[in-house]
Amino acid sequence: MKFGVVVFPGSNCDDDMVHVLGTVMGFDVVKIWHKEKSLDPYGPLDGIVLPGGFSYGDYLRSGAIARFSDIMPEVVRFANNGGLVWGICNGFQILCEAGLLPGVLLPNEDKKFICKNVYLQTVNYNTAITSSIAEGQILKIPIAHADGRYFIPENEVNALWDNEQVLFRYCDENGQLTDESNVNGSLYHIAGVCNKNKNVFGMMPHPERAAEVALGNTDGHLLFEALLGVHS
Amino acid sequence: MKFIAEIDVMPHKELLDPQGKTVGKNMDHIGIEGVKDVRIGKHIQMVLDCVDEAKAKEEVEKACQKILTNPIMESYTYVLTSQ
Repeated sequence: MKFGVVVFPGSNCDDDMVHVLGTVMGFDVVKIWHKEKSLDPYGPLDGIVLPGGFSYGDYLRSGAIARFSDIMPEVVRFANNGGLVWGICNGFQILCEAGLLPGVLLPNEDKKFICKNVYLQTVNYNTAITSSIAEGQILKIPIAHADGRYFIPENEVNALWDNEQVLFRYCDENGQLTDESNVNGSLYHIAGVCNKNKNVFGMMPHPERAAEVALGNTDGHLLFEALLGVHS
Repeated sequence: MKFIAEIDVMPHKELLDPQGKTVGKNMDHIGIEGVKDVRIGKHIQMVLDCVDEAKAKEEVEKACQKILTNPIMESYTYVLTSQ
């Protein structure tokens, strides 16, 4: 399984993601500039990551302009062919704007940029990025965003639950869904979702910032470990 | 022909608008009375060069639907005038 990490103007977590996928995990990984018009070297057994950052300065809406980048029709095609697509933070926002994931990320409830560790409970353990997480295990992973309040129209919420598309929910360190733990005011505390086919993933927390012992937190490493098992 | 579209984009009423809420809460504090609600959106001014008004309207609609708004969170209205 090889990976491509798309770099948009304003991406700033691309190096971290390349480091973790390549140096820490040992995957083949390269950066892909957003002007590229082809993902031909990548097949259904590979992965494309849209990293965090502030593509196009978050102008208009987060992810609204990046979703029209030259590479994006290829990312859509790649996803529709079954390839794994993973968007983190700004990448999640771009995937929602592109319609590859349901819902939208609104400004945080208190309008603040929040940069801190949060606790997450996993809802679906049977996906390419969650299968290494033990049942009931609460993850501590950092967030860093201003527009992370997940919202989906009421008439689409049931399908999200019925299809087991909710990946993570913000909780406290004991796994309780307290009001305080829902840091940005997301609907149902939702921190990450996937598409119906379970090959497109989006999440606001940054596992790539918590994947090494040297950083004092390896909870994020579990998501990358899960990738090792995808096509083995 | 030259046209100007004055486009207003507003967050849907059922969504919390943290900006509007914060501004609204402070009105009383600075001596502005009677304010019951404040909601904040965006105003976009777009200049177009199109063959006629119908074409200009078509392009404005396309822009609003394709990029200027996300229908999950926002709605839009606009006034189109020829110059």
